[in-house]
Amino acid sequence: MVRPPLPHSLTARVLSAVMLILVLGGVLVGLSIWANGRLAARQAYDRLLLGAASDIAESVRIQDGQPIVDLPVSAFELLAQAPDDRIYYAVRGPDGRFITGLDPDTVIAPPQPASQSAQYFTADLNGEPARFVRVPRLFAERDFSGEVEIVVGQTLLARRAMTAGLMLDALLPMAVAGALLLIMSWFVTRSALRPLEAMSDDLIRRDPYDLTPVASDGLPRELQVMIAAMNRFMGRLDRQVLSMRNLIADTAHQLRTPVAAIRVQAEIAQADPDSPAGRRALDRLLNRTRSLGTLLDQLLSRAMVIHRIDSAPRLPVDLREVALEALEQSDHEVIAPGVEVNLKIGEDPVWVRGDAFSLGEATKNLLGNALRHGKAPVSIGASLDGGRAVLWVRDSGPGPETSVSARLGDRFNRNAGSREDSSGLGLSIVKSTAEAFDGTVEMTRTDGGFRVSLNFPAATEGPGA
Amino acid sequence: MIRFLIPLALCLLMPASRTAAQEAVTEFGTGPTPLLVRSTTDIGIIRPVMEQFAAQNPDLTITYEQWGSNALFQHSKTACKTGDSPADAVFSSAVQQMVWLVNAACAHRYGSALTQALPPARSWRDELWGITTEPAVIVYNKDRLDDLEVPRSRFALLDAMRTRSDLLRGRVATYDIAASGLGFLFAYGDSLEATTFGSLIEGFARIDAVATCCSAEVIRDVARGRFLIAYNVLGSYVANAQDPAVGVILPEDYTLVLSRAFMIPKNARNATGGQRLLDFLLSPTAQDLLARSGLVARMDAAETGLAPSARRFIPLSPALLVASDPNRRAKLFNLWNDAFDVETAR
Repeated sequence: MVRPPLPHSLTARVLSAVMLILVLGGVLVGLSIWANGRLAARQAYDRLLLGAASDIAESVRIQDGQPIVDLPVSAFELLAQAPDDRIYYAVRGPDGRFITGLDPDTVIAPPQPASQSAQYFTADLNGEPARFVRVPRLFAERDFSGEVEIVVGQTLLARRAMTAGLMLDALLPMAVAGALLLIMSWFVTRSALRPLEAMSDDLIRRDPYDLTPVASDGLPRELQVMIAAMNRFMGRLDRQVLSMRNLIADTAHQLRTPVAAIRVQAEIAQADPDSPAGRRALDRLLNRTRSLGTLLDQLLSRAMVIHRIDSAPRLPVDLREVALEALEQSDHEVIAPGVEVNLKIGEDPVWVRGDAFSLGEATKNLLGNALRHGKAPVSIGASLDGGRAVLWVRDSGPGPETSVSARLGDRFNRNAGSREDSSGLGLSIVKSTAEAFDGTVEMTRTDGGFRVSLNFPAATEGPGA
Repeated sequence: MIRFLIPLALCLLMPASRTAAQEAVTEFGTGPTPLLVRSTTDIGIIRPVMEQFAAQNPDLTITYEQWGSNALFQHSKTACKTGDSPADAVFSSAVQQMVWLVNAACAHRYGSALTQALPPARSWRDELWGITTEPAVIVYNKDRLDDLEVPRSRFALLDAMRTRSDLLRGRVATYDIAASGLGFLFAYGDSLEATTFGSLIEGFARIDAVATCCSAEVIRDVARGRFLIAYNVLGSYVANAQDPAVGVILPEDYTLVLSRAFMIPKNARNATGGQRLLDFLLSPTAQDLLARSGLVARMDAAETGLAPSARRFIPLSPALLVASDPNRRAKLFNLWNDAFDVETAR
């Protein structure tokens, strides 16, 4: 059974990184301290050895043709500076003849070739590692000439103790400093992460249905970026929830009346199917269901547009193609039979950044309105006007009343003049689309008729750029 | 010429049949585990301590061998090199020889609260420990020598030997440095205080001083009036003799203070027994008993009237290796013999 690993904490990560650095640094410094301590101890005690050996060398004199050593106590007091170490000394004449020493039977051989100056070497003394120095002294007396060799040695206890002491002296403050650094980094990490913790607490305490923006005042820059992204996300969620709610409300509201009417017509038709009233009722029933279909289309289209405005990526769209598609897909032959629609587009593409579907739905609604409410001839076109990309629909009628255009885009702006196959949702889709892609809806009355246009900032490049 | 009394002393002490180097053997206790102790300390003096130790350790049978210091040294050296008949504990007054043995890796390491409590001068390497406190003193015969005439320092002794040579001729005794490791150690200690040593030897030679081996006999002879003055005698033996005729002087110029050195040979068969003996000897009970035997002298100024600066403790330190140096020994012996040769030449 594998337990899922705990998510790692930032504090633990920072602390373990600091600890790793400290430990690695400590090991490196410790090694260097150890090497230095060993060197210092070796030099210090080598000097004592040399001092003792030189003292003994000084005390050699020639008496009756024989070298005699008047062993100085001072030499041994020097060596006793390493109070617990064993000592070796031997004075030998030419040919290795034993003159004096600790024990004639214990022979420590210095390395060959023997040099004319002091020579240090390491060897075992009675089974314990020891450091030795060999000091030669040359005599040229009337009755004795040759070299007398003094070897003095000492075991390594004091050197090791000194190395350990030096190391301890240096390592203790380091260990204390390391511990302090660790404690300090703990505090620093904690204080650096406190805003994050506060934010987490805030989020945990938050009502899950609360989609209002999280306050980012006083937070570090890194967190503000995160909060801003989160707030954007929550805003979108909020809008979508709202539009969903609107869609449900709209649908319910919009469907109630037509469905009731259909039921009434159906009842009339059922009561007396063969009478003229019944036939009229069947005609109306057909009309009602057709306009109910359009209404459903529009409701869905609006919901889709509003959903896509928030979620679909902005891509380069050529408004000419939008106009062309609107023209091709539009069922204007059904809405207004016999009306001709002119397409007016240029050679150059008219790029905007937006969602092709939403733009297409908006355009279809504009065209549908012109066909339903305007007068022929109707034109649709797309063009660049300065820095703006314009998609427009024009008819030859006078346009809607001023009160209608003022309430443009509100939902359900059905007025007394509205026909029963109109829901008033079309302009709402147009307005939402225009706003979503930083555009505007403009209505202009001219002598020749009424023109509605969608104005967007022109995109400088096409899809390939 | 110095007359050597050793053969006589040895004849008196040893049964003719005994061929081993030890001078006397005594057993304490009847336990199953043997513990072999070799020491230079007279059985008579150490007896109460050993009996107490045996009483506290009924599992041990302690064989206590009393040796001459030089013989003990040679034997321990051989035992160390060959592993032949090692002792379980060795303690000797010739501490320079013990230092040599420890330096030659012949000792067993041990540490306990009691050994740790010893001052640094009384332990070395956790292998050698000083268990007694014994001054080197001048003893004199109280009946023959007036308190006022008694030499209280070496200078006074020198003067006495010069001015009253008739009275003192043949009646001053000191250790024979060749026969006794302790005698050599004291002479070596004196030789480091070079100003008086040479003249002291000359003085001894001039009045036909007697070099002898053994403290007990010297003191007995002082008590009997055979000797008037004995120089460099171990104070412990005097205290033990408790003879009212014997007076003791701690030399005022300086007094050497010795601490018998105890070691456990590295190849001891019953090292644990040796450790138990050591801890016992350092315990307050044993130190008390040793004090009663005179082996632990109170050296504070209040007790002895001796200035602290005049006390010369012989520390257990590698510096004592100098005393074992062959050339150094030869030089001291030469000095010793030369002085008397000069005297005989006259």
